[in-house]
Amino acid sequence: MNVDVLIAEDEPGILESLEFILKRAGFSVSSVTDGEAALETIKVLKPKMMVLDVMLPKLSGFEVLKRLRANEQSRNLPVLILTAKGQRQDKKQAEEFGANAFITKPYANDDVVDGVRQLLNLAGFYDQQNKETDNEQS
Amino acid sequence: MLSANFVIFIAVAYIFLLFILAYFSDRSQKMGKKSFLNSPLVYTLSISVYCTSWTFYGAVGSAARNGLEFLAIYLGPTLVFVGWWFILRKLVRVGREQRITSIADLLSSRFGKSNRLGVLVTLIAVIGTTPYIALQLKAITNSIQVISASGSSSAISGFGDGTLALGIAALMALFTIFFGTRNVDANEQHHGVVAAIAFEAIVKLVAFIAVGIFVVFFVGGGVGNIFAKANEAGIDIYRADSFGPRWIAILFLSAAAILCLPRQFQITVVENSNERHLRTAGWAFPAYLFLMSLFTIPIALYGLTALPEGSNPDMFVLTLPLAEGNTLLALFAFIGGFSSATSMIIIATIALSIMISNHIVMPIALRSSENLGTADGRGVTRLLLTSRRVSIIFVLFLGFLYFWFSGNSDALASMGLIAFAGVAQFLPSMIAALYWREASVNGAIWATFIGFLVWAWTLFLPSFETSSIMVANLISEGPFGLEFLRPQALFGMSNMDPLVHSVFWSVLLNVVTLIVVSLFTKQSSLERIQANMFVDVFSLKKRGQAELVRGSATANDLMFVAQRVLGGKRAYEIFEGFAKQSGVRREELIVTSEFISRLEKELAGTIGAASAHVVLSKVLSGGEVSLEEVMQIADETQQVIEYSQRLEQTTKKLRATAKELKKANESLTQLDKQKDDFLSKVSHEVRTPMTSIRSFSEILLTHDDINDEQRNKFVLTINQESKRLTNLLDEILDLNALEKGERIWVNRLVNGEEILERTINICSPIAMQKNVQLKRGEKASNDNINAEPDRLAQVYINIITNAIKYNDAKNPIITISSMSKAGFYIVDIADNGSGIAKQDTEIIFEKFSRGRRTKGGDDGGLGLGLAISREIIDKMSGSLELIETNNSGACFRVKIPLTKEE
Repeated sequence: MNVDVLIAEDEPGILESLEFILKRAGFSVSSVTDGEAALETIKVLKPKMMVLDVMLPKLSGFEVLKRLRANEQSRNLPVLILTAKGQRQDKKQAEEFGANAFITKPYANDDVVDGVRQLLNLAGFYDQQNKETDNEQS
Repeated sequence: MLSANFVIFIAVAYIFLLFILAYFSDRSQKMGKKSFLNSPLVYTLSISVYCTSWTFYGAVGSAARNGLEFLAIYLGPTLVFVGWWFILRKLVRVGREQRITSIADLLSSRFGKSNRLGVLVTLIAVIGTTPYIALQLKAITNSIQVISASGSSSAISGFGDGTLALGIAALMALFTIFFGTRNVDANEQHHGVVAAIAFEAIVKLVAFIAVGIFVVFFVGGGVGNIFAKANEAGIDIYRADSFGPRWIAILFLSAAAILCLPRQFQITVVENSNERHLRTAGWAFPAYLFLMSLFTIPIALYGLTALPEGSNPDMFVLTLPLAEGNTLLALFAFIGGFSSATSMIIIATIALSIMISNHIVMPIALRSSENLGTADGRGVTRLLLTSRRVSIIFVLFLGFLYFWFSGNSDALASMGLIAFAGVAQFLPSMIAALYWREASVNGAIWATFIGFLVWAWTLFLPSFETSSIMVANLISEGPFGLEFLRPQALFGMSNMDPLVHSVFWSVLLNVVTLIVVSLFTKQSSLERIQANMFVDVFSLKKRGQAELVRGSATANDLMFVAQRVLGGKRAYEIFEGFAKQSGVRREELIVTSEFISRLEKELAGTIGAASAHVVLSKVLSGGEVSLEEVMQIADETQQVIEYSQRLEQTTKKLRATAKELKKANESLTQLDKQKDDFLSKVSHEVRTPMTSIRSFSEILLTHDDINDEQRNKFVLTINQESKRLTNLLDEILDLNALEKGERIWVNRLVNGEEILERTINICSPIAMQKNVQLKRGEKASNDNINAEPDRLAQVYINIITNAIKYNDAKNPIITISSMSKAGFYIVDIADNGSGIAKQDTEIIFEKFSRGRRTKGGDDGGLGLGLAISREIIDKMSGSLELIETNNSGACFRVKIPLTKEE
């Protein structure tokens, strides 16, 4: 049961609004509220992309990202980082850890929707590539 | 009864014995035998030259007249020697290091090798000592009269007093010249003389004790008997006023004398062959003095009771054995007294002759002969020996003249203490020489001179009172009728013992002058060098400075001079030794300032520091560099060393400052980091509610198709998040104000329970809303505290609402209990939730801590609440902490000191 987007966000208000706008944009959405749950859920739900908050309980967003990138299965999973710290260092760190997009809170809803859409396109591109390499191999 | 001729024969024979003894001692020393002469015992015995005939005969007389006064004479030196470690040790070390030849040389050398000071000290020493020598001559003639004449003191067979004294003086001169001027280097010391003196020391001690034992045990019937008889006769030797100012003055004078008397200096410092001997002398000399004084009182008491009234107590030592018919013992006692007198004469004469020739004769001779080395082959050596010999004759003749002219006047009797007071004028400068770096030559000269003048005026001059009408007038009227200058009542200080009066004024003015003049005059570089050498004698190691003295005298020039002064053999030895030390042959020896200063010391050992300085200056001034310049160089080296030491200290200080700065910088960096952290956290805490607000408002703006229920929910969230934001800003401002102390804080006496109840009432509805049970536990009996009630309530509310918010138990209960214990009012607020991890118990009190995260979407704000609460409780002198309990949940404890009830 694939979903389009997995949201990892611990602030209930923010989570609610994210779910609302992404669903409205036509994506299928699932959500978790801490880092450990995020890693677990990815295995089960196999989302196409992920919206990841940095300040998460149990495992921070960056830690989750690092582990995703270390794993063969999730190496290419597109990740959009959300952070309320909004400092330049955070953006740089996000890039280093391999985030595909970076949005600072508070954000315009459209920016988030656009970002998710682009990353879903990217996911589709990866998907395409994988299929092609599979074909070549077979 | 003994005939005078026989007694004189015995005396001459005794002197002849001394000649033989001295001769063989000298010879055995020359042959390099390690004899007993080098033992500390001989050194100690020779120091007893202190006990002259004045003490041998006079102590008994003094005890008979003035009671225990004589003890002070022995006690002063005893103190100095028992405390040898303090002054004597340094004195002897300096004397050896600097090749000091006399007390005049010591002071001259220390104060920039000043010859003016040397001359002054020499003159004072001569003036103070010649009457003392005269006193010895008088003691000898008197004792011969007593022992040989049958009662009458008329002319002795064929001899007048004068002839007798002259004869003895001549014999002494002969002895002294013979054994005192064999060597020209005072460093080589007079072993023969010292041996003779040590022998005499034994003779006088044994003689005195023999008389004592005879008197006490053979005729007096024991000590108890003597004292009992004296008591019967009404003789009270323990006079109450014995220990008054006069006693203290004598104690001081005798302590000063053992250091400053030229003969004591000669024996203790110059003749010292081994510093360790002082250690022995430190106890042995006091022991000698003790034995010497043991029988003084019994002899005096027995003499007063057994001999006819009017007998001279000064001669009890002789007259008592005579009265008992024991002429042999009397003769022995006479030899004892004779020993005391001759030893004093010999050493005093040697000491004075060295001073006179080194400080008066040599400088004049050196000044008048331009071509020092070339005049004739052995010029200086011969000059030196001649001047010494002439000086000896001069001193003894002076002593004789004094004896001759003062005749039988009692001016002589008091000469002992007068001489002590005279040489005590050297003491301030001597102590300053050893311990006070800033003491200057002008200070020493003026101090000694003024001390001497006052002494001469107040003590020496009045000793002629009975022999001169002019002096007697002066004493009663003052000079030119100026009463305040009366010798024995200076500045109106009458009613004082003349001795105390003189010692008081002379020493006081001496010391004051020394200090004042020294503080107001500048030291020359030579003085500074010498001052350091003296004061730091124990800490100064020989520095290996060996800079070249450019183009001045060659080693040959110096050799030439050294040969003239020291003699060929000694000069050769010195040069050879130094060449060996530098690792070159003697012919290749290079003149360094180190070598020059060593040579100067060697020369000083012969001709005194001042003269040696002049000699070398002359030789060296032929070249480009004078000795003054050499000294200048040495001084500059010293200054460079001092400067580098100061530099080192400064560097040390700078290093410490740098360390402090680094520390300060680190703590600033820390603070800066804390500030960054805080801002970052604030940013996060602000951005989070802002995100919800912005997002939901955008949703509401852009989507028309939202149902009412959803719309209401979104608006409610926006509203809540706005409140959260406002709260956050309030808290930040509140904490800032608390930390900066901007708020006026007024604690007042309140009832803690009242506030707690009020808070519980406020929180109850919230708790009910969340299905949390609020339970009231134990209540405090005493709750008088100093607090600001609203602030305290704020703290309670913060803790209780947190407890409500974070209690994750199934049946959440919050227990609030209070108690008064050990002077504190304590409130515990405990929940039954899952509690707080142990490592977080302190972190939760930090700003925006993440120890517990906000869970609900309500007004949130744990961020600063506990930090503010802790700040508030601090201001009430209390404490807020998380305590451990047996229950699972968290328990916060507020502790506020109880106020004393009025």
